[in-house]
Amino acid sequence: MYAFTQHRPATVRQAASLLAKQEEAKLLAGGHTLIPTMKLRLAGPKHLIDLSKVEGLTGIEMRGRSLIVGAMTPHVEVQTSPVVKENFPALAELAGKIGDPAVRHRGTIGGSIANNDPNADYPAAALGLGATIITNKRRIPADEFFKGLFETALEPDEIITKVQFPKVNKAAYVKFPNPASRYALVGVFVSKRGSEIRVAVTGAGANGVFRVSAFEQALKKRFGVKSLEGLSVPADGMASDIHGSAEYRAHLIGVLARRAVAAAG
Amino acid sequence: MKLPVKMTINGQMYSHEVEPRLLLVHYIRETVGLTGTHVGCDTSQCGACTILMGGQAVKACNFFAVQCDGAKITTIEGLAKNGELHPIQQGFWEKHGLQCGFCTPGMILAAHQMLERYPKPSEEQIRHQLEGNLCRCTGYHNIVKAIQWAAEQMAGKK
Ligand SMILES: Cc1cc2nc3c(=O)[nH]c(=O)nc-3n(C[C@H](O)[C@H](O)[C@H](O)COP(=O)(O)OP(=O)(O)OC[C@H]3O[C@@H](n4cnc5c(N)ncnc54)[C@H](O)[C@@H]3O)c2cc1C
Ligand code: FES
Ligand code: FES
Repeated sequence: MYAFTQHRPATVRQAASLLAKQEEAKLLAGGHTLIPTMKLRLAGPKHLIDLSKVEGLTGIEMRGRSLIVGAMTPHVEVQTSPVVKENFPALAELAGKIGDPAVRHRGTIGGSIANNDPNADYPAAALGLGATIITNKRRIPADEFFKGLFETALEPDEIITKVQFPKVNKAAYVKFPNPASRYALVGVFVSKRGSEIRVAVTGAGANGVFRVSAFEQALKKRFGVKSLEGLSVPADGMASDIHGSAEYRAHLIGVLARRAVAAAG
Repeated sequence: MKLPVKMTINGQMYSHEVEPRLLLVHYIRETVGLTGTHVGCDTSQCGACTILMGGQAVKACNFFAVQCDGAKITTIEGLAKNGELHPIQQGFWEKHGLQCGFCTPGMILAAHQMLERYPKPSEEQIRHQLEGNLCRCTGYHNIVKAIQWAAEQMAGKK
């Protein structure tokens, strides 16, 4: 691993100013993506800004009809939080299926969303629930946040502080985990909020997480498994690798979307 | 530039100056000298390095030692008391839950966390909770039996 200088700011403002000032600086959250990539020398930041002592970045609460989750909240807390289980059971279940127990103890929602791994779970929840990503500078709707493989709308000195999820009527997430890594080979998140339907897919797209508007329109007429009958997603634009071909992934989207709609009830 | 770290491992306090890039697992093995915690991969996937930190099972290869300043850690060396194996360790002995033994320290600490949360785990729960711990020898069956054995022993003792 390349050497680096460690910083441990106490406030978001200090963290942001370090991020802006230091060359080749990176934020360290749970470290469950960043440290493995540093070990392999795929990343070699000169400055590491540890967010663990920054105040105000953890916690889960309902504010009005929205759930607010602090960026540094580890997956296990979302999985086990009574507030999340009651108001967003699909989100609690998704968090409980990330990686393994040790990963869930440390990995954070902010790190996962900022990283935008094409096979990660939280991006599907953010897009599938129409979340708002709150940073030290602005509020970014999920629809404008995820820009491609590991690419987001975040500016170089921008820090995610919170993620806000609007309450929905129905939601479910169904994941086909890669048996070795447990990342999503394909995962589909569906939700219904009044007349707004969202179907968000992770793992499959060659460009990362995306919505399936054909499925959404069909479900808008009637939210039920039958509405998806005969519909499919073209293999064009799907990722293809040793774990699954583009055709296989496209097929899984249909299967998992139907299961998710059935599970959402 | 080296930074000071202090942590409690198996009830004993350690204090050193370390480079920021030193991984916790290397700190435990090489600086402190407790080699029961293993390194089985460089991708953070195998769980051989699993320890308990503040009561949570975590992968020691995925922390920098400097992040753990002030932490309370238990490694495999800290489980036996007065020369008597912990019931989970005994379970691995009774049920032949290991072959080469490389994964075993991590398995046992992951099981420790599991039995705290699920004192009577089903087989399915055991397998789900062990998803972060890979074993290349046993095929897992005897590991599951070892944990079931330990769960029974521990329930009996209460
Ligand atoms: C064995 C293993 C299995 C895994 N399985 C899964 C899985 O099944 N599904 C899944 O979704 N994920 C999985 N993960 C990834 C895990 O969820 C990561 O924890 C997560 O993706 C990154 O979160 P982190 O807190 O660890 O971030 P870090 O690794 O600390 O950071 C990741 C990136 O995000 C940036 N960043 C962090 N926080 C912020 C912030 N607040 N604002 C702006 N940028 C920020 C960092 O600079 C870095 O570039 C797995 C990881 C491992 C090691
Ligand atoms: S050494 Fe493999 S997960 Fe830590
Ligand atoms: S006993 Fe050899 S790896 Fe598990």
